[in-house]
Amino acid sequence: MATNLAAVLYLVAGVLFILALRGLSSPETSRRGNRLGMLGMAIAIGTTLAFKVEDWDALTLVLIVAGIALGGIIGAIIARRIPMTAMPQLVAAFHSLVGLAAVMVAAAALYAPEAFGIGTPGHIHTGSLIEMSIGVAIGAITFSGSVVAFTKLQGLVSGAPVSFAGQHLLNLVLGLLAVALVILFCASQSHAFFWALAILAFVLGVLIIIPIGGADMPVVISMLNSYSGWAAAGIGFTLGNTALIITGALVGSSGAILSYIMCKGMNRSFFSVILGGFGGEAATAAAGGPAGDRAVKQGSAEDAAFILKNAGSVIIVPGYGMAVAQAQHALKEMAEFLKEEGVTVSYAIHPVAGRMPGHMNVLLAEANVPYDDVFELEDINSQFPNTDVAFVIGANDVTNPAAKSDPSSPIYGMPVLDVAGARTVLFVKRSLGSGYAGVENPLFFRDNTMMLFGDAKKMTEEIVKAM
Amino acid sequence: MESAVIDPIIFRLSIFVLAIFVGYYVVWSVTPALHTPLMAVTNAISSVIVVGALVAVGVSLVTGDELVSKILGFGALVLASVNIFGGFLVTQRMLAMYRKRDRQREE
Repeated sequence: MATNLAAVLYLVAGVLFILALRGLSSPETSRRGNRLGMLGMAIAIGTTLAFKVEDWDALTLVLIVAGIALGGIIGAIIARRIPMTAMPQLVAAFHSLVGLAAVMVAAAALYAPEAFGIGTPGHIHTGSLIEMSIGVAIGAITFSGSVVAFTKLQGLVSGAPVSFAGQHLLNLVLGLLAVALVILFCASQSHAFFWALAILAFVLGVLIIIPIGGADMPVVISMLNSYSGWAAAGIGFTLGNTALIITGALVGSSGAILSYIMCKGMNRSFFSVILGGFGGEAATAAAGGPAGDRAVKQGSAEDAAFILKNAGSVIIVPGYGMAVAQAQHALKEMAEFLKEEGVTVSYAIHPVAGRMPGHMNVLLAEANVPYDDVFELEDINSQFPNTDVAFVIGANDVTNPAAKSDPSSPIYGMPVLDVAGARTVLFVKRSLGSGYAGVENPLFFRDNTMMLFGDAKKMTEEIVKAM
Repeated sequence: MESAVIDPIIFRLSIFVLAIFVGYYVVWSVTPALHTPLMAVTNAISSVIVVGALVAVGVSLVTGDELVSKILGFGALVLASVNIFGGFLVTQRMLAMYRKRDRQREE
């Protein structure tokens, strides 16, 4: 009876998690959704505590209270202090924790199978062994892959892809070895094979992520998100816990869909991203491109202020450069000023702008930009020809018309924002350098383009001053 | 009831497969503007793995193996707790920033 009640409560928690994600379909319902998610978590934890507490001694209770308090305080402090621009690395760090927790829980189940109801030491059910090995392998890959992604996003190591000869062959061999270890572990129940599998998966996680470059990070983060879900689901099967199985499936498909959206935003196949090396192949393409001796029109902050003030409509196109320079607040100030002058201001977001899905939207929301001024690519692209000024700040490749016109370009076929259609294009950029894809942007050399060289934040502040 | 009992793993598998479909449709309905909060909240909810950590912390000590299990469980409990609190709170912080145009004018 008690077991059935617990199972029903876990199901309720799972349903609340579904509703939490459902709430995200619009900003108005999202806050309620998040609260439902918290409620679901409270029910899941409360159920486990309520049905297990009678078996526990004092030491266990102390450990549980201490563990939750310690983790909770650390988590709450991080959540409060983290700057919005650091959100991609925070999410990567959180993924790594889910991965490592999955490894630890799987190992704990192996060492104390009776407590988990999956058999006795040396006689664990084969089904549970398979679930456990899937959980530990995916968990370990998620952990080490996320750590590598974190160090790249945080700038601790270079974001450039790392590749070496025979890389794919090595990964393939290691992958096959992992499958062999799963079989050996299931047959022998040996702890040694379990840990060998875990270590191999850690190594594999590093090797999978190092060849992927900075600009492909949105795909990597989404992919690791998906992995963390599948790892959780694997553990859910071991525990026979419905909440965990439902959650794992939700998170797994969520990450997979985001990866798909990101790949589509770059017109790249999932496999070409995973196999890595965007920066590498593109560098050669850029070298063959036209030299920088063509004339560009350079403007000052005063020129830009004059053009913007006299415009009827302005579309702002933010990119990763805006995030790096933390220019979102200055940008919002500029937009407010323009609105008071009667200028229509809207924002255009490319799906892969920034380092993770929705990165730009969060930064603009942080600067208090109303979300109904912010538009997705397909909703605003037709508006550029009726627009006086396109203000591109810290974005490059996502505006490159070569993606439409030049089949030899590495980014050919990628959906781009048609900023060239606007009467004037203002480009805030640090230099004439090419973007992450290493492709030269022909927009810079057009008559109606004015380059504003400088740091995105400083330049925007100067424009505001000049107004 | 029939004499042949269905293995519980089949029930779990059914839930899993159906939940993938639910996830597919729910996630496609998420507005792209909220994709970052989506990642943060999925992070938080996948930490429901904490229920496994609680079971592991609760094992009664008989041999060294149970001790290993308990220690690993405690580690997982701390990590999952960081994620639960951090994930939900950072999501809340992000979602609180999304404002509509008219409401903002009133402020």
